[in-house]
Amino acid sequence: MDNAKLDHEKTVETAKAKDKDNERQYGAGYKLIGKNYQTPDLYAKVTGQAKYAEDFRAEGMLFCKLLLSPMPHARVKRIHSDAALAMPGIKAILTANDLPAPADTLTDNGTVIKASKWGERGLTNEPVYQGEPILAVAAIDELTAAEAIEKIQIDFEPLPFVVDPLDTLRPGGPNPRTDGNVWTRRAGQNPGPPEVTELKWTKADFADEKHGRLPMGKAPDEWSYGDVDSGFKNAALVLDETFVTPDTSHQTLETRSAMAYWQNGKVYIYTGTQSTAQTLPAIARWLNISPDNVVFISEYTGGGFGSKITGGVSMIIPALLAKKTNAPVMMRISREEETFIGRARPSFQGRMKVGFSKEGRITALDMFVICDNGPYDAVGDAPSSGRIVSLLYQPQSMRWRGVTVLTNTPPRSAQSSPGGLQGIVIIEPIIAKAARKLRVDQVAIRRVNCPEGKAPFGPAVQGKRQYATSAFLKEALDRGAEQFKWSERVTRTPKRMGTKVRGVGVSLSCYVGGTIGFDGLLVITPDGRVVFQSGIGNLGTESVIDVHRAGAEVLGVPWERCDVVWGNTTKNLPFTCVSGGSQTTHAMTRAAYATAMDAKKKLQEIAAKKLGGKPEQYEVANERVFRKGGGPGMTLAQAAKYAIRLGGVYDGHEAPADLHKLTKASVAALAGQGLVAAAKDNYPRDGSTFSYVASFAEVEVDVETGKYYIVDFLASADVGTVIHPRALGGQVLGRSVLGIGHAIGQKWVFDPHYGEMVSKRFHHNKPPTILDVPVDMQWTALDIPDPETPVGARGVGEPPVAGGCASILNALSDALGDEIFQRAPVNADTILTSFEAGRPTQRPLTAHI
Amino acid sequence: MKQETLSSTLRYKLGLTGTKLGCDRAECGSCTVLIDDVPYYACSVLTHTVRGRKVVTIEGLAKADGTLHPVQQGVIDEQGFQCAFCMPGFIMSTVGYLKTNPNPTRQELAQGISGNLCRCQDYDKILTAMMRGAENLRRSNLG
Repeated sequence: MDNAKLDHEKTVETAKAKDKDNERQYGAGYKLIGKNYQTPDLYAKVTGQAKYAEDFRAEGMLFCKLLLSPMPHARVKRIHSDAALAMPGIKAILTANDLPAPADTLTDNGTVIKASKWGERGLTNEPVYQGEPILAVAAIDELTAAEAIEKIQIDFEPLPFVVDPLDTLRPGGPNPRTDGNVWTRRAGQNPGPPEVTELKWTKADFADEKHGRLPMGKAPDEWSYGDVDSGFKNAALVLDETFVTPDTSHQTLETRSAMAYWQNGKVYIYTGTQSTAQTLPAIARWLNISPDNVVFISEYTGGGFGSKITGGVSMIIPALLAKKTNAPVMMRISREEETFIGRARPSFQGRMKVGFSKEGRITALDMFVICDNGPYDAVGDAPSSGRIVSLLYQPQSMRWRGVTVLTNTPPRSAQSSPGGLQGIVIIEPIIAKAARKLRVDQVAIRRVNCPEGKAPFGPAVQGKRQYATSAFLKEALDRGAEQFKWSERVTRTPKRMGTKVRGVGVSLSCYVGGTIGFDGLLVITPDGRVVFQSGIGNLGTESVIDVHRAGAEVLGVPWERCDVVWGNTTKNLPFTCVSGGSQTTHAMTRAAYATAMDAKKKLQEIAAKKLGGKPEQYEVANERVFRKGGGPGMTLAQAAKYAIRLGGVYDGHEAPADLHKLTKASVAALAGQGLVAAAKDNYPRDGSTFSYVASFAEVEVDVETGKYYIVDFLASADVGTVIHPRALGGQVLGRSVLGIGHAIGQKWVFDPHYGEMVSKRFHHNKPPTILDVPVDMQWTALDIPDPETPVGARGVGEPPVAGGCASILNALSDALGDEIFQRAPVNADTILTSFEAGRPTQRPLTAHI
Repeated sequence: MKQETLSSTLRYKLGLTGTKLGCDRAECGSCTVLIDDVPYYACSVLTHTVRGRKVVTIEGLAKADGTLHPVQQGVIDEQGFQCAFCMPGFIMSTVGYLKTNPNPTRQELAQGISGNLCRCQDYDKILTAMMRGAENLRRSNLG
């Protein structure tokens, strides 16, 4: 091909790529909502000027290194640190004995939640996982601190440990904590926080194990609805399958490094979190000091995915060392340290018995899950898996049982679609298998089980089941099937060409898509600019900026006349939701809308006071407030100046009573600087908010080598009104690839004999690279507003994740049959050995292999 | 400092913190810089080995008047990347790769920058932004 022709083709390809997210016009009738724009943080990012935690420096800054436990469970008998302390350049050693007592939590309604005695504290004398920090050293540079760590000797008393949840449930099995192995809640109306208790199953409970089926002993948590027994009796097909999902570290590319110093009794902490406003009280609680004495700076955060929702271990250690040394301390967390202290998604060992009608409708579902919790606070993955599965497939009857088991493996936390991913990834291959057995199309079997409208979920509470605000998943499934050319792909022959076999898969997916009740705050300045105060974390999703476009839209202000303030708790931020669980876009567009409506009302009142008439005779648009139908008016700048003269509610000297105390303090600090608008989101909502995705994938497997490629991928999203198409596309496909990682390679591996992790680095635990995904992935969104929220927007972070994983698994079983794998990820050697043997060759029940 | 790496010199002695450390050990590509126009992981290059050679970091791409490099402009044009911690590395790898292949297909460019990891997994949008950057660069070289 000549060069000119090649150039033309490449230009066409580039142009096509650019227009991918412009194929559909989002935001009909809006000026800002649904339109692409350049976020104000992008220039700093692209030039390297954006400051992440480890980019901050302070005069006289020391460096800190951690000493990590080499054992999965042990008691520290004695620390020999004299040789280290004698080294030049060593400033201090911090041990668990230097930590403040764990603080109780005082909720906003005045309830005291007692600090848990099982909670993580940052440093410890009884490490409960390999890699848990025991002490920290501060020195003049990082190398000196690292050399000092090498000189410290610790006498340990090894304690019993467990890395596989089933091992601790066996009769006489070891306990991961000295006082138990499972998280349980007390029965009754007021169960209080969960407690660690001991649970052992009987030998008879383990009878199923030798058949490769998950044993199901006593489960502390259980619920059900409908008549499950009749559901199975009336089913045309009943499948009973065991499936294991992987532990996956969040592995944010920016490790959780932090720098801290103290000034005039206040601690200043520089780090990355997902949530700016809400991290402040978390740090205060960890340090057991008043939130008034914490200043928190987090301008740019290098990824979170649920692992940096608020404060934690990594912020407390440099803060306490800074206090001890009276100098700034930087703690740079290495990749290997990040693997230990950086959080991960808990694996599930799950079993489901599912009854299907001949059309594929789920008549009964019996779900049992064991969640590998790690050693610390109870994660909510097990209960959330049951609720999500009940919503997504609307079983006519269902029983859910769950056990949250502690192990001596690194701590877990929420990871994008916590519990949702595990539950969906366990049931989806069963639905794919059922469709093949019933000879029903894979899209059709999902369509018949799809939630619709105010779809119910979970068990009945006081006789009534909860329900969703809305669900348009059927429409998303239909649009996805059409755009993916599903019908053409499934009928295409031959499936096999030489050693290559093609398979197609589809999956449903959903997760919580928003909360309510938070505050917004903005100032119209005397020079006529609109300044939005954003307490959202800047973790890359751009919701920190995007949600305020809804406010600008209400006020009719061009985006060029708006500013957004974020990333620093001294900058007067409002009470904001945590940026996790896909809450933000929903919760904070509501707050932004409420605040803009407050500003509009104040502008109308000011105009009426100044120019006569009634407030409702004025309208706000084009940076002015003016008499409807023509007549007198004033600019926003003039109105802001007049607001300052009026004082009171107009310039922030008075604030609405229902605002959170954090917002009230920020309003007071901004008082007199212009027209100050602040409001709590008090809009009603009927139902719980969820977002939905239908995911489609095609794979090509080489049965000679077991290697496979993802040929095409499409995610079709029902996430309400689209706010910022490019950011949405980044989330829909980015979170899909996070899920794909669970299907194609990411996992933890432990040496069960020593409890030692052997998958500490990227090249061991294999997060997807750019070569693992198709070069041209596709996404689309319905853009149907949710009827229960003012702008109609829902969150999107979690919902695509499970679909990414399960669509790949289903495409693999379409290519290879149902007897290949019983766990994820599925790698080449599994395919090769199982395909040859004609049965799954992986041990289905062993954890961390 | 003993065994001082280029990333350490850049970040802690020269204050050029645009070069990021994501893994310390040549796994993630966040610290990619150009040495005599070739992309290298700065975490795995000893500083003394670059004596007399030309090192370009993310801070050195834009012109003194603030005009962005065409590849940086590609990111602006497409709102590429999410958290952007990996972005300096990806941009340096792309700039280096385009010196050998100024007119790549998406597949070729993906191969060219496959030594860089993005944990937000925003690969599709990154590739679109880098393709736009390549096009911007071709245009600027013409004009």
